Amino acid sequence: MNANDIRAMIQPAQVHRDVYISDAVYQLEMRHLFTNAWIFVGHDSQTPNKGDYITTQVGDQPVIMVRHTDGEVKVLYNRCPHKGTKIAIDRAGNTGKFFRCPYHAWSFKTDGCLLAIPLKKGYEGTGLSESQNGKGMQAVGAVHNYRGFVFARLAEDGIGFDEFFGGSLSSIDNMVDRAPEGRVEISGPPLRYMHKCNWKMLVENQTDTCHPMVAHESSAGTAVKIYEQMGNPEPRPPAMQIIAPFMSPYEFFEDMGIRTWPNGHGHTGVNMSIHSKYDAIPGYFEAMVEAYGEKRAKAILDENRHNTVYFPNIMIKAPLTQLRNFIPLGADRTLVESYVYRLVGAPEQLTAMSAMYNRMINAPTSIVGHDDLEMYERAQEGLHAEGMQWVDIRRLHTGPEDFETEAVENGTTERQMRNQFHAWAKFMTMSMEGAAGVAAE
Amino acid sequence: MSEGNAAMITRDDVIDFIYAETRMLDEGRYTEWLDLWMPDAVYWMPLDYKQADPVNATSFLYEDNFMLRLRVERLNGERTFSQKPKSRCNHVIQRPFVDVFDPEAGKFQTVTNMHYVETRLDEQQLLALTVTHDLALVDGAFRIAGKKVELLNCDAAFGNIQLLP
Repeated sequence: MNANDIRAMIQPAQVHRDVYISDAVYQLEMRHLFTNAWIFVGHDSQTPNKGDYITTQVGDQPVIMVRHTDGEVKVLYNRCPHKGTKIAIDRAGNTGKFFRCPYHAWSFKTDGCLLAIPLKKGYEGTGLSESQNGKGMQAVGAVHNYRGFVFARLAEDGIGFDEFFGGSLSSIDNMVDRAPEGRVEISGPPLRYMHKCNWKMLVENQTDTCHPMVAHESSAGTAVKIYEQMGNPEPRPPAMQIIAPFMSPYEFFEDMGIRTWPNGHGHTGVNMSIHSKYDAIPGYFEAMVEAYGEKRAKAILDENRHNTVYFPNIMIKAPLTQLRNFIPLGADRTLVESYVYRLVGAPEQLTAMSAMYNRMINAPTSIVGHDDLEMYERAQEGLHAEGMQWVDIRRLHTGPEDFETEAVENGTTERQMRNQFHAWAKFMTMSMEGAAGVAAE
Repeated sequence: MSEGNAAMITRDDVIDFIYAETRMLDEGRYTEWLDLWMPDAVYWMPLDYKQADPVNATSFLYEDNFMLRLRVERLNGERTFSQKPKSRCNHVIQRPFVDVFDPEAGKFQTVTNMHYVETRLDEQQLLALTVTHDLALVDGAFRIAGKKVELLNCDAAFGNIQLLP
């Protein structure tokens, strides 16, 4: 499969089903897209102290994110340069001043540099110190910590962080600015939800505004019905504030608006969103005014973006301080990790609201998540039908589109899905050019 | 179950209640099951092993009466797509430990280890649970004042868990 084959899968208004079901495409995504793009690793509050680390994946690559002795966050491949043993397998821990492989006790500084090898004289004259393996644990190509959110680019060379994300960073800004102290911290472990479907289905669903009132009628619609039977008592409990807006009519979602940025990023909820009408938490606005002044505090809190997709595989909800990481484990297997963050300096009820949203919507036990997963898994199976090989993404597509400039459109357009596939083809093929015409398998 | 006189209540009555509640879930008798709950009781399934704070960190479930009713009514909805076809479940339970037995105060607490099996179509999953029940006496009958369901592998990744473990 070469660059031309990849490009042929993406047409302006439809994509070939192989982008979802082909193992060969998945392998190419790992070696190209997830190598060339900037991928979310973790939040730096997960590793607050020197030697603190987490283990995770960048695409299919095992990595360790660690706080080095100089205070910087490093991202290293989780592989001993000796025999390949993973250096750490617990999800979080503290390694002190160095890592030590449990197999033969090779040890490494927390930036990966080789520290010591037992019985080292056995390597004299062998050329180990000049070899790649003799340098220590390998670091990823580049790391960037943006207001606490740590991203990595596996490739040594490639697009810069600011150029890749551009204006989309305004959503992370809004999320962090919502903290009176201007920083967020992780609150508890993430929900981990296994999906037997392709990772891109989940990413597309983040800006799919024509599904909530259909797929979630069974949960949100039933909630609205029960609450009516109770006489619609005021004030509405937080659970109703969270779930009722899912049943908003199509016109509401049209009016929400969608914004797209270059390189596949975009968000729903330009003008307002399903998160706009939550009751105020006592003391929060006062704390924000204290920190920012009234005008700036109002501007921060009036921005109620719904889902922001950071291409290729995370989304954030700025008003609820949440992040979901769609980790691709195979063409038909995706692990979703859903995180909640605490706004430092804000009342704890905001964290409680975010945690409630997370368990109500994103948990394996969620009555909302159940129907989403059902749709993805049905699609993963249905796409094997030979009779029809293209997936339609043409809603509100009426002519050529320029994805290299920011745009705001009707909230039910599938432009953001098209934007993602435009970026997909770009980052898939940029490192294939020289190999055009050569089979990748 | 003993009626009226709290002094007549035995530990076996408490244990029988736990078995009966579990049987209701396995047989899908949810309306009857909802009637067992005190109005302010909560069904909690922690996400973190030995989690202390159910509110400010994410849980799997932290459901009040409204949420439990919503969950139960949804199961029977016309457009509940993830329940077409429906899931089935089965609990195998160990004899409950009665850790608090105070008929005079109307307070009881049990801890019960269970194996929970849930199935739908070709899929079947097995979960190991430790379930803590807080019970109260209302008009001589047991009611659930709180239920905590801890998953042995709470830190694992799961697909859908659709019924109530």
